[in-house]
Amino acid sequence: MLVAASFLIAAAVGVLSFGHSTKREVASGVVLGALGAATILAALGFCPFVSDAESTEGVLGVALAATFAWMFGAGTKAVFSQKAADLGSGDIRTGAFKLGWWWPWLLLSPTLVILVFFLYLPAYRTFTLSTKLTRLGTPRVGERCLSNFSELLVTNPAVVIMLPLTAVAFIWGVGMWHRRSEPGSWGHNLTRTIRPFGILIFLYSLYFIFENENGGYRLIYLNTVVISSSIVIVSMVAGLALAYLTFQNVRGITVYRTLLIWPYAISPPVAGILFFMMFNATGGIFAALANDFGFDFPNYATNSTLARLTIILASVWKLLGYNLLFFLAGLQTVPRDQIEAAALDGANAIQRFRSIVMPALGPIAFFLLITNLTFSFFDVYGTIDFLTKGAPAGATSVAIYELIRVGVDNGDLGRGAAQSVVLFLAVIGLTAWQFKQSEGRISYGSA
Amino acid sequence: MAARDGGGLSLNVGKPGLLRGRRWPTHVLIWGSMLIILFPLAYAALVSTQTNAEVFRFQLTPGSGLGKHFDQVWNDRNLGRLMWNSFVQAFLITGAKTVLSLLAGLAFVYFSFRGKWLVFFFVLITLMMPTEVMILALFRIVADLGWRNSMAGLVVPFAASATGAFLFRQHFANLPRDLSEASQIDGATPLQFLFKILIPLSWNVIGALAVIQFVFVWNMYLWPVLIISDRDQQVVQVGLQGLATLDTGLTFGPLMLAALLVSIPPAIVFIALQKPFMSGFALTADK
Repeated sequence: MLVAASFLIAAAVGVLSFGHSTKREVASGVVLGALGAATILAALGFCPFVSDAESTEGVLGVALAATFAWMFGAGTKAVFSQKAADLGSGDIRTGAFKLGWWWPWLLLSPTLVILVFFLYLPAYRTFTLSTKLTRLGTPRVGERCLSNFSELLVTNPAVVIMLPLTAVAFIWGVGMWHRRSEPGSWGHNLTRTIRPFGILIFLYSLYFIFENENGGYRLIYLNTVVISSSIVIVSMVAGLALAYLTFQNVRGITVYRTLLIWPYAISPPVAGILFFMMFNATGGIFAALANDFGFDFPNYATNSTLARLTIILASVWKLLGYNLLFFLAGLQTVPRDQIEAAALDGANAIQRFRSIVMPALGPIAFFLLITNLTFSFFDVYGTIDFLTKGAPAGATSVAIYELIRVGVDNGDLGRGAAQSVVLFLAVIGLTAWQFKQSEGRISYGSA
Repeated sequence: MAARDGGGLSLNVGKPGLLRGRRWPTHVLIWGSMLIILFPLAYAALVSTQTNAEVFRFQLTPGSGLGKHFDQVWNDRNLGRLMWNSFVQAFLITGAKTVLSLLAGLAFVYFSFRGKWLVFFFVLITLMMPTEVMILALFRIVADLGWRNSMAGLVVPFAASATGAFLFRQHFANLPRDLSEASQIDGATPLQFLFKILIPLSWNVIGALAVIQFVFVWNMYLWPVLIISDRDQQVVQVGLQGLATLDTGLTFGPLMLAALLVSIPPAIVFIALQKPFMSGFALTADK
């Protein structure tokens, strides 16, 4: 019953995500949706739908099937729309080697073998592992189906499914209203104000689907969102400001630039160590200075706000050089003649920035957004491990830190893998959202 | 890079702005940001010379503990050995990634074959698959291969790079087309073409990739924590663990000294390869 229902939903989602303007598109959408659902359900061993499974698991199973149907549909569509443009520039029309068919495969085989064995295989294994009860170092394996997932969420399946869906529907509705309303009308203006906050509304709705009781995942979710988004926003804004400043030609600028960029080469653990020193409550310079002025510097080992702030500052400090480097490279692509023309026309610095500099920096900013997000999701592990180890009271335990704590320190591979899957879906969702945001605004080169 | 022609590219034009025509505010702002950004390093350097008593006295001059700290870190904790391990790992991964990416770029640009775009997206999609989200499963696979506590476990899973393959693909695609025609007329094989023609034209891209990969591997932390448990096989970032509690209670000096020592090799690589690094990026950003 549920298997049939999930495949029907998957097919519908596949059509929605792939397109429905021609019969062929609808058929491909159905196939892709079903394929997506089949892939994830096979990885899970169809366990959500056995007769003694709990209702929550059935609902989660359908939701996962729909998610993968959407990923397959939208992913394939993206691939097809990119195919023509992308291969056109990278493909060689003349001068290709005309040798045996196996030549290119021979050249590609080392890369492909490593990607298959050390990326695709572990990705698949993460899904199969996530339904198991298995401990590090013991061969025994128990079946848990989706209990590893339902533990992370609140017990009410209606909340888990409906809340994010309502948020998405609201955002879609606002977007639709915006497109249909007259430019200049109050509805148009109102929706234009609301639209940029769509992602915040969605993130806020997700906050309520995670379990809150006894050490639930909600705190981890909150930590991850707060710490990651702060790191990305602050380091990108500061990086751009610094790039603007050092783009000018003053004496010694090459040396300045090198000095400002090279903290990029410093590791996240070392960044953690340096900030551990500065913010230390007994020997650190800030505590000593605060003492001299007669007040107490809070201890980040007990003050959760300061603990988060220290992690954010250490990560921003480490990322800044990287962002500066890429923004400097990006500023060179800003068309100078347009800037001069705009200046002659009386555009002020802010107008010039918005209409000329920002579009030119688009691809670089997009690239940096993705790399910075990856950093703030994963590389922050080293910084946290040397600074706070997730303390106080779990206030700095972000998703990757919790995943290792559960999967390795507690040796609970199955639960750790379930958290990996959640993180995986988050990465895919964020990437898809970024691509959607940048659609039509950024022109790509052949990259 | 804008190093030489930065003046012509300054974005301040038109009416005298905040920074136009007056150089000293720019200098002040740049020096201010340098003070803030370099302060953690300078402070660590100061503390690395101080004994605990001197740290707690909040002394602003170099202290007397540097020799002892170096002895503790270098001889007792064997930091040199760990740095060598990190260096071997970084060297092997950087080399493997460069070679494999060059081969993949060659296949993508100078061959036409069935299913090319499928392979291309098969590689492209891995950019969306960070190792960290599948690290538990990867750990199991590598452990099953018997590669725990070995250099193979540190190197092989990271020997291929989608980023590198795309970087070279893009670079090769922008080289003049008649290069490959000419060398085919000369009867060169694809590998001869790669080594004699393409690589000499790609040093900037190779240098840029090498800096990024070397720094990436040198700074790797989570994977070595999982896969290496034998202290002699460990890499240097993980070797920083436990340095804060060498004596009874907190010890700041040795930890700061070790943190600074660990940061020297990537800094050397960055400064030595700065020119190709910068121009390699200016190149990719231009497209």
